Amino acid sequence: MIKVQKLSKHFGKVKAVDEISFEVKEHENLILLGTSGCGKTTTLKMINRLIEPSAGNIFIDSKNIFEQSPETLRRGIGYVLQNNGLFPHYTVAENIAIVPQLLKWDKKRTEKRVAELLEKLHLTKDYLNVYPNELSGGQQQRIGLARALVADPAVLLMDEPFGALDNVTRSKIHAEFKALDELKRKTIIMVTHDVQEAFELGDHICLMDQGKIIQDGTPADLLFNPKNSFVKEFLQEQKLQLEFKAIKLNQLSRPLKGEAEKGVGQKVNNISADVSFWSVLEHFKFDGVDELNVIDKENNETWSANFEELMSAFYQYKKQQFHE
Amino acid sequence: MNEQQQTLWEFMQQQSDKLLTQTLQHIGLTFVSLFIAVLIGLPLGIFITRKKNFSGPVLGIASILQTVPSIALLGFMIPLLGIGAKPAIVALLLYALLPIIRNTYTGITGVDAAVKEAATAMGMSKWQILFKVELPLAMPVIFAGIRTATVITVGVATLASYIAAGGLGEFIFGGISLNNTNMILAGAIPAALLAIIFDFLLSRLHKLNIKKLRTVTIDLPLLLLVLSSLYFIPSAYGTKLKAGFTPEFMGRQDGNLGLISKYGLKIQTLVINDAVMYKAAYEKQLDVISGYSTDGRLKAYDLVVLDDDKKIFPPYYAAPIVRENSLKKFALLEKILNLLAGKINDSTMTALNYKTDYLHQSPERVAKDFLVANKLWKPARNGNDGIVRIGSKIFGEQYILASIYSMLIKGYTNYDTSTKTGLGGTKICFDALTNDQIDFYPEYTGTGLLAILQPSPKTIDSLTHSKDETYNYVQKEFEKKYKIKWLKPIGFNNAYALMMRKKQAKGLNIKTISNLKRYLDR
Repeated sequence: MIKVQKLSKHFGKVKAVDEISFEVKEHENLILLGTSGCGKTTTLKMINRLIEPSAGNIFIDSKNIFEQSPETLRRGIGYVLQNNGLFPHYTVAENIAIVPQLLKWDKKRTEKRVAELLEKLHLTKDYLNVYPNELSGGQQQRIGLARALVADPAVLLMDEPFGALDNVTRSKIHAEFKALDELKRKTIIMVTHDVQEAFELGDHICLMDQGKIIQDGTPADLLFNPKNSFVKEFLQEQKLQLEFKAIKLNQLSRPLKGEAEKGVGQKVNNISADVSFWSVLEHFKFDGVDELNVIDKENNETWSANFEELMSAFYQYKKQQFHE
Repeated sequence: MNEQQQTLWEFMQQQSDKLLTQTLQHIGLTFVSLFIAVLIGLPLGIFITRKKNFSGPVLGIASILQTVPSIALLGFMIPLLGIGAKPAIVALLLYALLPIIRNTYTGITGVDAAVKEAATAMGMSKWQILFKVELPLAMPVIFAGIRTATVITVGVATLASYIAAGGLGEFIFGGISLNNTNMILAGAIPAALLAIIFDFLLSRLHKLNIKKLRTVTIDLPLLLLVLSSLYFIPSAYGTKLKAGFTPEFMGRQDGNLGLISKYGLKIQTLVINDAVMYKAAYEKQLDVISGYSTDGRLKAYDLVVLDDDKKIFPPYYAAPIVRENSLKKFALLEKILNLLAGKINDSTMTALNYKTDYLHQSPERVAKDFLVANKLWKPARNGNDGIVRIGSKIFGEQYILASIYSMLIKGYTNYDTSTKTGLGGTKICFDALTNDQIDFYPEYTGTGLLAILQPSPKTIDSLTHSKDETYNYVQKEFEKKYKIKWLKPIGFNNAYALMMRKKQAKGLNIKTISNLKRYLDR
């Protein structure tokens, strides 16, 4: 879907981005991860030509983006900024309707779409005629997201979208982000310096340093097969938590059924097999369940397990990874 | 106090026609200039946000323009644009430029970078970003700039009357030169009110919310245009010749009022400052001007004085006036000062003034050259028999006379001298004399009569047609009232006069003011 080839950007003698190449598949969520100054934001901004590269090529849907006018290109790409960049002189409704206005949609279509998005983002209609400065940070960020999604672009670029939010608000928005079906249809490139966020939201992570991609792979790849010591050290902190986030239920071998019998009155929840182990822990901790029914749609089977059984399967999987 | 207010009110009622015209002219002038300043300043301000390299020079030049004294700027405009509305508007708009350019620049560069980036990233073109994002968000700051510019322009527009562009300055400067408080206030109060009202109205616009601001952005230029057009309503009539009179001349019985009542002269008249009046006549911007008969510029610009055949301009023969006490203290003083009596006639004085005013020679040099040429000069004796204090008013002729007297005193006696030049106008000079701050200064008979003694109009009428009767009257009255003695006249008569370009006057065969009237009526 998006193909980046030997992309470079030099500011004077500084090579901010140095001949990087990567690919993002359709509906995939790619994270550009790294410390500040590693070139991740510059890379992102070259994709919608906010920054013109010094060298290299970018294709979206096999079309060279440098052969289109920047305005046309940008109208087809959603963009979410860290500080939301909402227009302070526009109401919420007007802010969301900026791109439809540029694309000259008729009024009805715009209104319908704005209302639909507001509902999906759990904001009531009362907010339509409110100015951004009257909203909380989380609400502003949701409007920023709505504005980027309004014309249903195939590609969404997000520059540290949750960076300015407090932890509580951030995890709430993370949850909404993962649940929003509109986003599942998008190809997303997101910049962040937050490793936890990268592991939670990314299908695919490019870890960058000094303008180069150090490693490009799934969260599990980075965690269990680090390419070099830089990657290893980068992920060292909170490693266990990352492991919980990197490993998905359907990667585990099905645990052997223990001897414990199902007692009466036990609480059982259903869970999809393609979620991370982290969500499993959340179910046990916050919902107080005793057992989970794992529904594996891909293999068309269902199995159940309790906390101990799942933990032992998790450690078994980990062991295998390190022995490989 | 009550009486004062009433008379001011009466004055304003009496002059309501003029007051209305001047106020409309003032508003018009302000807004024509402001409109053009916005038209230039706004795009220029936007331009320098795009080409940052230019921001330094552009803001620098605008700042320098702001520091040029207003009168000097008006003066610079005359050779380029003549007199009247054009140079006044250009000068005013130059003053209004800086706040508009600077606030446009500050306002636009102050727009949140994230908002601009979002606008770009959503696919807005440069123009869309300018009109939909940058300008609306910068509008409050730009507005503040326009507000500042408006108040500045209302203030500076009073100076427009210096170069015949009208406005409330006509009353203000007329009142100052005539020492007429009511006239000053009749101009100053409306001018101040205009500034306050416009500032208030603009501040209201300022506070409107952003939605309404959009309509304001459209309405404001229209409003400016309408207000601007006010300027062109008056000044509709014209005559064959154009006159330019000083504000002082406009308001005096022995000036324009006399021309109208005694001669019945009807001529299109502009009010103008005397500093630029002569040049404007020379450059054919004006045909008839009011001036002083010994002014150096008469010679410099090849002008000719029209004969006052009905004697409406009282004689202004110059003579030193001295405190009687000083004459006693310095026994030789009277004899020395009278050395100059009858030595300088009109054309000699004009020539001396020409040297200082036009050739820019120092008054001391002109004084010495004159004394040497007339074989009166003696080197200073550097004596120490006391110090004679000489006063002078604040213009070239008085400086020359003070220098001549100083050199005579030092050369012929053992007295030393100190000169207090630049004692403002008549009132300041005369007060200095009566309060024993100076011993003498050169005064004019007409001034002594009309400005200091101020007798009844009947007495004035009976005296002013004869130079000797005027001199005798002031001499007698000054001695009686102030114990001040008028010594012998120096010889020249520096009276008001109407003048024209020599060539034109000759061509039209105009020698007297009556000739001028006949030509105009034909």
